[in-house]
Amino acid sequence: MNRDEIRNAVLQALGDVAPEADLNALRPDRPLRDQLDIDSFDYLTFLTHLDEQLGVNVPESDYDRIATLDACVDYLADARAEKPGGTQEGSAPDDTRPTAE
Amino acid sequence: MSEYRMPSLGADMEAGILAEWLVKPGDTVHRGQSVAMVETDKGTIEVEFFDEGEVDVLLVEPGTRVPVGDPIALFHHEGEEPSTELPGAKAAPAQGGEPLPPPPYAEPTRTSTAPPPPGETNGLRASPAARRRARELGVDIQQLRGTNGVVSLAEVEEAARLQTEQAGKPTEGGQPAGGKPEAGKPQEGKDVKRLAMRRAIAAAMGRSKREIPHYYLETTCDLTDTLAYLETFNRNRSVRERVLPAALFLRATALAVREVPETNGFWTDDAFRPADHVHLGVAIALREGGLIAPAIHDADRLSAGALMAALQDLIGRVRGGTVRSSEISDATITVTNLGDQGVDKVYGVIYPPQVALVGFGRVVERPWVIDGNVVARRVVDISLSGDHRASDGHRGGVFLNAVARLLREPQRLMETIQ
Repeated sequence: MNRDEIRNAVLQALGDVAPEADLNALRPDRPLRDQLDIDSFDYLTFLTHLDEQLGVNVPESDYDRIATLDACVDYLADARAEKPGGTQEGSAPDDTRPTAE
Repeated sequence: MSEYRMPSLGADMEAGILAEWLVKPGDTVHRGQSVAMVETDKGTIEVEFFDEGEVDVLLVEPGTRVPVGDPIALFHHEGEEPSTELPGAKAAPAQGGEPLPPPPYAEPTRTSTAPPPPGETNGLRASPAARRRARELGVDIQQLRGTNGVVSLAEVEEAARLQTEQAGKPTEGGQPAGGKPEAGKPQEGKDVKRLAMRRAIAAAMGRSKREIPHYYLETTCDLTDTLAYLETFNRNRSVRERVLPAALFLRATALAVREVPETNGFWTDDAFRPADHVHLGVAIALREGGLIAPAIHDADRLSAGALMAALQDLIGRVRGGTVRSSEISDATITVTNLGDQGVDKVYGVIYPPQVALVGFGRVVERPWVIDGNVVARRVVDISLSGDHRASDGHRGGVFLNAVARLLREPQRLMETIQ
């Protein structure tokens, strides 16, 4: 899966939790939650979709590293690259942390 | 012979549109079983049966608007004669039927009779899943043919696919193709619903502020250790198993209610009637605007983990439009958690006939004094809006301090309950 595909998967997950949002108007360098009015329960749903689609289980301690669309795509791409079997369910949180932002 | 009547799903409800029957004559029905889908200002709600018996006659066709309290079905208890016809007008109240909340508050102006929004059946029947999907996809069920009078999910999706082909652009995402005659319809339906919901909120909140002498109390709780405990708990858990602070707020509130029962119950007929259970209302904002506050039943008997699951289920169903009637109508105290995305404090408006509302603000880092030293701690402001007819400031203060004390006992909040 390349970066564009990861980006599409992220946008799809956002569209599922914020169906009324205009994702085309999303600023990729601004915080997602503020722009889309995503509360903590919606956010968990979003993370659940990411885990299902991409096999990356983002730990709470990394929430600030996926705050914007760009950062989120970077993080997920790195996490998947570090773990070749990256599509498996419920990946371990700590050993998948990317080294670069 | 007994009547099953259109239940009141809130003090402000005047009528509901019977959207679909989930039972038929001859069916045995049990307490808590969903018997019909009813369209209200608050969305589509599954109304439940509050008795045991067998359905004899369905008195109302799907699509009919029925005032609260009017009979919609006849049934009989085991050992009784089956009922065949509607008894004389204004018969005795439904025997053993639903304990109706107090009579609807007499509003000087009536809300308009909202037509069933697009996506509802007219004559044709459709499963809840099919209707939900139709609404999502902008398919008009009335235009479908159905099989044996029933519209299936597959037919809805096939119709959506055809619409998409004709329009040459995707319908997913709720953007109907421009220029088509039907293009404006889903939007109109949404506007009707939004208006109806605003009126429902206006009626309930207006009544609250006219009738309830509110008093407000506030305290600040140092959550630092509790949040650290929660973070450790969540660290090795998958996304689905994590517990949010909001679940602890609910758990602490439900336990504090046991200590100060004056906060839990209803003010009706000039007297406070304490509830013997804790049905915790949770204010849930809808993404398209408005809010509803359905209840988590017996919340004091649920662990934080179970409350978390219940909350997620409830939020999902509120947004999917399948809340059950008992959840909408019987909260005994309500919690609002406005702090999630923004503000430090909230002073809530009590939902009549309840007598208390607990508000949680945002968890913020603030300077805090411990042992004479100023340190940075993560704290939350908690407020109580109390009905002064039912309780006084002193007892309200005892309650609020109990919430704060319990919130500093994370192990107790997280423990599993048998």
